[in-house]
Amino acid sequence: MSVAKKAPGWKDLPQGGYILDAGNAEKYLTGDWRSMRPVWDAEKCIHCLFCWIFCPDLSIIVEDGKMKGINYDQCKGCGICARECPKRVQALTMVKEGTAKEGGSTHGS
Amino acid sequence: MALKMALTGNEAVALAMKQINPDVVAAYPITPQTDIVQYFSQFVADGEVDTVFVTVESEHSAMSATIGAAAAGARSMTATSSQGLALMFEMLYIAASFRLPIVMPVVNRALSAPVNIHCDHSDTMGARDSGWIQLYSENPQEAYDNTIQALLIAEHADVRLPVMVCQDGFITSHGLENLEVLEAQTVKDLIGEYRCEHSLLDVDRPVTIGALDLQDYYYEHRMQQVHAVTKVQYVVLEVAAKFQEITGRKYGLFETYRLDDADFAVVIMNSAAGTAKVAVDQLRVKGVKAGLLKPRMFRPFPAAEITGALGHLKAVAIMDRAESFANTGGPLYTETRAALFDQGCQIKVANYVYGLGGRDFTLREISKVYDDLARVADGGEFPAAVNHLGVRE
Repeated sequence: MSVAKKAPGWKDLPQGGYILDAGNAEKYLTGDWRSMRPVWDAEKCIHCLFCWIFCPDLSIIVEDGKMKGINYDQCKGCGICARECPKRVQALTMVKEGTAKEGGSTHGS
Repeated sequence: MALKMALTGNEAVALAMKQINPDVVAAYPITPQTDIVQYFSQFVADGEVDTVFVTVESEHSAMSATIGAAAAGARSMTATSSQGLALMFEMLYIAASFRLPIVMPVVNRALSAPVNIHCDHSDTMGARDSGWIQLYSENPQEAYDNTIQALLIAEHADVRLPVMVCQDGFITSHGLENLEVLEAQTVKDLIGEYRCEHSLLDVDRPVTIGALDLQDYYYEHRMQQVHAVTKVQYVVLEVAAKFQEITGRKYGLFETYRLDDADFAVVIMNSAAGTAKVAVDQLRVKGVKAGLLKPRMFRPFPAAEITGALGHLKAVAIMDRAESFANTGGPLYTETRAALFDQGCQIKVANYVYGLGGRDFTLREISKVYDDLARVADGGEFPAAVNHLGVRE
């Protein structure tokens, strides 16, 4: 679990664990929970967007109807995208975290 | 103007709840608390209160519904005893850590097994680390007064913690006594209108309550509770001073009885303190300097103040109406003894467990304790560090 360097202390937090700002889940980076990392091959991708439909964490980046990469700040490495990627395409593969040569995206860690 | 009435402890607490007129009461009946819920639901049925009364299927649900209502911004109450309090256990911690100012009368009763419906303090002592404030009451008058004061303590901006108001099952809850009660309007003016800071129902200022809180923030939220608890003592005294202005009745963190010039004393809570006071009076007639200290607030524990009041004594007996099964004595003993040690007091001190499962606690039992104290004050020793009073061998 990563703790932001300047995370607020107990004197500055709202009481009782209350969260007062809406839509805050975006700020909570779950990428470091990941042990398996999806690696995307742009050459093989047919942009069917199954990965985008099935990703439970909205971590597939899509622009103008095209798959653009993976948000590794949020991706927990569940592997659903790689499983749903059509068998004949296999543009997404899961590799052990730390062994991937490249992340496949400019986003995140 | 004060009104004199003859009420049982349960009737007195039900009347206090009626005068508080909470927005929501979610409760489940259990002996010996049953009367409180019965009387209060009658007030609801007769339209004497504006309360939404939620009938639930268990105490776990009673506390859950009370928490939900409080989080929505409602002034919320419930009441329980014994197994009911035990069933609430996980929700008790949640009420406290959500910082919800719930007031809950608890009628002290032994815990199973074997099944027993009579008084001891093992139920609330089991919940002593749940983050709730605990006030203890000797008689119906104190149960009534504590219930009203508990509301002011719980809702104070520096506290915002739930409060248990404890009284002894049957002995106090079903014992009829004369007491002075306040006019309904006086209570209404005293407690004012409740305004919570964050309501789950406020769509203009949405709030998330009960989110996951892991290694990175949980500790900070616990620290906030620790800090709130340090403020309780001054708020309890402030509320007591305000209450005294209206009623003339004086409350503190504890009550002392003929303690200032005493040679030895007992520390004892709730109804048994009344019996012990009679023993003190009888001993005083004989010229024996016996005294008594009755804690009113057990959580948080006013350690420095209690040791300050006991510091001049030669011997002290700490009376516990609960077992801890720790081989080290009951909870009141371990707290008080640790506090005395912290202050460097060299007083001889021992523990007397008594009255478990409603076993009679009479002048005969307490006189034995005072006899032991007199011997110890004269250079003798207690029979044991932890003694079990009134049990057959």
